[in-house]
Amino acid sequence: MEQVFQQMINGISLGGIYALMALGYTMVYGIINLINFAHGDIYMVGAYVGFALTTFFNIGFLPALLISMAATSLLGIIIEKIAYKPLRKSPRITALITAISISLLLQYTMMYFVGPQTRTFPEVLESKSLKFLNGNVILDVKNIYIIAITLILMIALQFIVRKTKMGKAMRASSYDLEAAELMGVNVNKVISFTFAMGSALAGAAGVLVGIYYNTINPLMGSLPGLKAFVAAVLGGIGAIPGAVLGGFSLGIIETIVSANGGSVFKDAVAFLILILVLLVRPNGLLGKTAKEKV
Amino acid sequence: MLELKNIDVFYGNIHALKNICLKVNQGEIVTLVGANGAGKSTTLKTISGLLKPKRGEILFNGGSINELNASDIVKLGISHVPEGRRIFANMTVMENLEMGAFIRDDSKNIEEDYEKVFSLFPRLNERRKQIAGTLSGGEQQMLAIGRALMSKPKLLLLDEPSMGLAPLIVKEIFSIIKNINALGTTVLLVEQNANMALNIANRAYIIKNGVIELEGDPKVLLNDESIKKAYLG
Repeated sequence: MEQVFQQMINGISLGGIYALMALGYTMVYGIINLINFAHGDIYMVGAYVGFALTTFFNIGFLPALLISMAATSLLGIIIEKIAYKPLRKSPRITALITAISISLLLQYTMMYFVGPQTRTFPEVLESKSLKFLNGNVILDVKNIYIIAITLILMIALQFIVRKTKMGKAMRASSYDLEAAELMGVNVNKVISFTFAMGSALAGAAGVLVGIYYNTINPLMGSLPGLKAFVAAVLGGIGAIPGAVLGGFSLGIIETIVSANGGSVFKDAVAFLILILVLLVRPNGLLGKTAKEKV
Repeated sequence: MLELKNIDVFYGNIHALKNICLKVNQGEIVTLVGANGAGKSTTLKTISGLLKPKRGEILFNGGSINELNASDIVKLGISHVPEGRRIFANMTVMENLEMGAFIRDDSKNIEEDYEKVFSLFPRLNERRKQIAGTLSGGEQQMLAIGRALMSKPKLLLLDEPSMGLAPLIVKEIFSIIKNINALGTTVLLVEQNANMALNIANRAYIIKNGVIELEGDPKVLLNDESIKKAYLG
């Protein structure tokens, strides 16, 4: 029983990180039908920015998180403007290949500047923990931060998408870009805004992963990036609630598999689940045929 | 108010509009009728900026608009109700209307205009919170028109508002179009349902294979059997 609680705590923490990243994939896909394979590397950049701020500038955790988010959202906007915007009318495969190139470019540019070695993320949070059930279930401060921040960011996103003018323009554009244009929506602005938000969430996920696992390296984004993509597809790509559901499910399942001695297989399990779900529900768990995309 | 001068539009290699000249004066209902594929929707899309003409000029209130983006053309006062309604089916009726008012920030007047739309379309009033995708076809058409009105257009472009609707609903929609015109909005109406359109229009153009074949008084066109046979089926 204790084991189950403990694994749930770990699974939800990991799942929250996947969910934050999956949101970026799903929002960008919702607007321009592009799988932004550079998304995992934006998360990596976020982790490095957080690392630099906390290590070299002694900035506290929360300000570092916010600055990292601002930095990655700017990076997202720049990538879209330089790499994807000129290809908007090209075949989708062209944009997809470009996304993969951007991913490699970010990885190896980062490696050029910081070196390939793994770095240790400083202990920015006090190492305290709460113990439950005779000390068999440990809720670390890190877990609390990750879960709380994930939830706050998701609620903030939901608020932006549901209540603000820009958010509504985003939902309208994701449903019908041309019709949104006829309403006077500046599509370029909406696309930039979408990249900014998605990349900010990825940046936050990067910093959170830094404090959770304590280590970062320039290639850290590729596998979590793929898994967040799996999470987004699992939930139904283009659907915001789907990304959240997919992310948490994947995190929890992965933790359960690891806890039961399958840690070698945990990555394979993620993709196996994807295959199985897509066989039964090709549109993902919450994706409908007439789907609400954002 | 609106003038198309020698407009040519291409889809890749296909010459969709050939030397189109068309005029809409302030206060009129002008209709552009013709068979499926004649170039009616293409004409409207070119006016609203979704398509760019290869040659020719489009003047709106004296200024050239053919270089502008669709989102800027709305701001000048041209609102386009696209073919197939294209409402945001994932959003509520109210949110659709809010999107219609996207270019405005006079929130007080916007509130009043919601009420105006609801008085024009009382059925939408009952369904403010409903997801637009669950509305009936006629209600969706009403919403599409109401949404377009929320930008306070001087010129309303309507693309096949009768499409796929029951005859009774079509009648209702057309009487509302007349109403909207009477309230001061100029209308350019594209229709396959030529009889209905010619009945409410002040002037009419007939388009065939991307060419304007005829221009004239709708009453005359309606009563001319040879024209009916040749163009209106």
